Amino acid sequence: MIHIDRVSFHYRGTPRPVLADVSLTIDEGELVVVAGRTGVGKSTLLGTVNGLVPHFTGGHLDGVVTVDGVSTRTRPPREFAHLVGVVGQDPLAGFVTDTVEEELAYGMEQLGVAPQVMRRRVEETLDLLGIADLRRRALRTLSGGQQQRVAVGSVLTMHPKVLVLDEPTSALDPVAAEDVLATLARLVHDLGTTVLMAEHRLERVVPFADRMIYVPGDGSVAIGPPAEILARSPVAPPIVELGRLAGWDPLPLTVRDGRRRAADVRARLGAGPRPARTPTAPGSPLLTGTNIVVRYGATVAVRGVCLTLRAGQVVAVMGRNGSGKSSLLWALQGAGPRQGGTVRVGDADPRDLPARRARKLVGMVPQTAGDLLYLETVAEECEAADRESDASPGSCRALLDRLAPDIDPDRHPRDLSEGQRLALVLAVQLTAVPRVMLLDEPTRGLDYRAKSALGKVIADLAAAGRAVVVATHDVEFVASVADRVIVMAEGEVVSDGSTGEVLGASPAFATQVAKILGEDWLTVAEVEAAFRRER
Amino acid sequence: MADGAAPRAGPEGVRPAGWVVRYFLPRDLHPAAWWVWALGLAAAASRTTNPWLLATVLAVACCTVVARRCDAPWAMAFRMYLYLGALIVVLRVFFRFVFGGAEGSTIILRLPEIPLPAWAAGIRLLGDVSAESVLGGLYDGLRLATMVVCLGAANALANPKRLLKAMPAALYELGTAVTVALSVFPQLAESVLRVRQARKLRGGGGRGFPALRAIVIPVLADALDRSLLLAASMDSRGYGRAGTASARARLVTGSFMIVGLIGVCVGIYATLDGTTPRFLAGPVLVAGLAVALLGFRSAGRRVHRTRYRPTRWQVAEVVVAASGLGAALVLFATSSVDPTNLNPSLINLSWPLLSWTPLCGVLLGVIPAFLAPPPATAPGDEAADPPGGRAEGPIADPRDHAEKVLR
Repeated sequence: MIHIDRVSFHYRGTPRPVLADVSLTIDEGELVVVAGRTGVGKSTLLGTVNGLVPHFTGGHLDGVVTVDGVSTRTRPPREFAHLVGVVGQDPLAGFVTDTVEEELAYGMEQLGVAPQVMRRRVEETLDLLGIADLRRRALRTLSGGQQQRVAVGSVLTMHPKVLVLDEPTSALDPVAAEDVLATLARLVHDLGTTVLMAEHRLERVVPFADRMIYVPGDGSVAIGPPAEILARSPVAPPIVELGRLAGWDPLPLTVRDGRRRAADVRARLGAGPRPARTPTAPGSPLLTGTNIVVRYGATVAVRGVCLTLRAGQVVAVMGRNGSGKSSLLWALQGAGPRQGGTVRVGDADPRDLPARRARKLVGMVPQTAGDLLYLETVAEECEAADRESDASPGSCRALLDRLAPDIDPDRHPRDLSEGQRLALVLAVQLTAVPRVMLLDEPTRGLDYRAKSALGKVIADLAAAGRAVVVATHDVEFVASVADRVIVMAEGEVVSDGSTGEVLGASPAFATQVAKILGEDWLTVAEVEAAFRRER
Repeated sequence: MADGAAPRAGPEGVRPAGWVVRYFLPRDLHPAAWWVWALGLAAAASRTTNPWLLATVLAVACCTVVARRCDAPWAMAFRMYLYLGALIVVLRVFFRFVFGGAEGSTIILRLPEIPLPAWAAGIRLLGDVSAESVLGGLYDGLRLATMVVCLGAANALANPKRLLKAMPAALYELGTAVTVALSVFPQLAESVLRVRQARKLRGGGGRGFPALRAIVIPVLADALDRSLLLAASMDSRGYGRAGTASARARLVTGSFMIVGLIGVCVGIYATLDGTTPRFLAGPVLVAGLAVALLGFRSAGRRVHRTRYRPTRWQVAEVVVAASGLGAALVLFATSSVDPTNLNPSLINLSWPLLSWTPLCGVLLGVIPAFLAPPPATAPGDEAADPPGGRAEGPIADPRDHAEKVLR
């Protein structure tokens, strides 16, 4: 279906090609997952399929890409609309109209599909994706998962032969992501659509994949069965890492496979002691919030939450989109609205202080970290941060070098990778030396390596006697960094306890390792430590 | 609400005929029908200063809006037009008090006149106020206010987005551009709020230009990113496909348009400028217009695109448009037959009289309140304003979440 024949691609002005002499063929009805670190050219590879690369992005492409026998060389992307459906990361940014029904019909209108056919396909697609009850809703009022399903539907109505998805679940909470992926799997099975998908959270998609493409970043790509590719790939889901650690061959790709293989490991671990995850003696309370209420008009975002943050503690706040995590964090920092309750940091309420002093008590990295950056170079941002925090010159840069070494000071902050930009914002905020640090969805868009780097930074902060709060959907990340987990739903705290208690006990929040080895074991690192102790 | 008009159409116990039921099925009328109706009413109002007639027009407009509007935000803005109308009347009367209202003999108020310098001759400040001039201001203001309210009624009844969708095929691109532009504003506002809040996290310091820059740059960068994403999405979804038009067809269309527009320009110039030869005026204008329309047609036909659920012009639309046009026609006709009652005399003060013909004409305009099918849009359905906030905000659908119980 898709033939990529000796394709090389480089952007103007960059010495290194993004793709170098890549050849691969994807057959009809396959689901192929593209894996690799951020910024290695996954999106570029996906873009070549319908000609967005190079027709839309610019750059120079050698070689031939054909889809269903049609070459992208001579035709612009719009002439591929009936062949290739493209779904991006941020569904809202790609919507042209403003209601669900019109959005589903938009592509067909462009193709000139007959009105009766359009009507029928819209109804069919509404049912196929389970969004029939949303048909008249405004797109902006939908939840993230619903929006992404509408985005998938809006390309499906054109009956494309190939579906290209660039990290379709990266902005979704686990349940919503599961919904979208389940929908995609069903499409592959029922309609035989060819799917090419890039995805960070491999643990979710690998079970569905027929083959995998690994993009290492040197311009080459490797394609093969998932087990084979994952055995060599440095980016791998926890289940694969566990398999590697235990020496299983072939590697298990699903929890079911893993559980069947794991009897020996369970026995081995059962003999030794449980991992020590009881938090080290909790420090003194740094921040106390009581009965915090946040509301936007009639909608109550946070409904009387009480919490205490202690020195040296890492608290994860989990819960689906819209459960009040962000609102709670903003209220704790004092920059966001808070209609009721108190927040005490020491003997002050950060909301009543001027913003300059509040950020020295409680620092925060918001969900869209880039909002804090407005200068032309990294160096200027660092200098501004030193001035804002009355810190000695160079302190921000020193912090940045610890978090993410080797960032060119002359680069534009917007050109940094997600991980580097997050590090820069974190450094800017840490320059003020707050005792409490709040991170809102820091793992969004980070690959495994950037996540583990962030995990180390968080552990260091906690070790230095600070309290860190991380709002996130990422169960595996929480398992590796947090001491305590708070789960929120509808603005209330649903459960609050140590990481082991909360994550291990619940099937919705259990990590892959916990699903395989039982609730005592959450991460591969714990298992590895136990193995080492044995020896 | 007059939603129940359909079932009541027949006498008790008699079922209305099938086509009647079908006719009254709730649906959104073609927006152009409402606009024709409202413009007709406004034209009718422009022909008269009789306060009784104007009040009837106002009542007709209000009655129809109340009976046939949906709950969308634009429909709720009707009251703004009413306030605006009231303001217009008050201002008109107020100005008659301030700037000389002495035409006429019935002085009702004597105010001290403020003498003005010689260069301001012709302008009077305060002074005597006559009943005639105040009344004149009132009638005039009422007429203008009525016309404004009529336009407001069209705005409240016709979905502006459907109006965009009903554009001719050749203007499709323009319609899309407007739709996209309209969706940008709420996004920009949202971005500004978000960035301003985020600014506080960095101390929110600085005044004047640096502070402005700290907000403007992230907002613009965000907007640029979004627009690139949108452009890529539209491109890969087939926006602007060349379709099957051959290069020759395109050439023909293009030359038609250009030749036609040149003809129109020359024609208009000649019409306005009396010294140019007369054959350049009317004939060239008409010919140019015809050629341009041909080009427009062929451009529209070249666009290989279809409409999803287009709003069709059906009987109800004809009824609505005709009622507005009818009102206008009757008033135009009576103004040539019996002008005195349409424009009550301001010389001999008397109660303005109301004659039957224009009243019935204006009352034609109330037909849609009973004979137009009720709107289909359920409360808050389409384009409900988001309460602000991003994906994390309280905009997620509670119905969806109720299903996904956490544990």
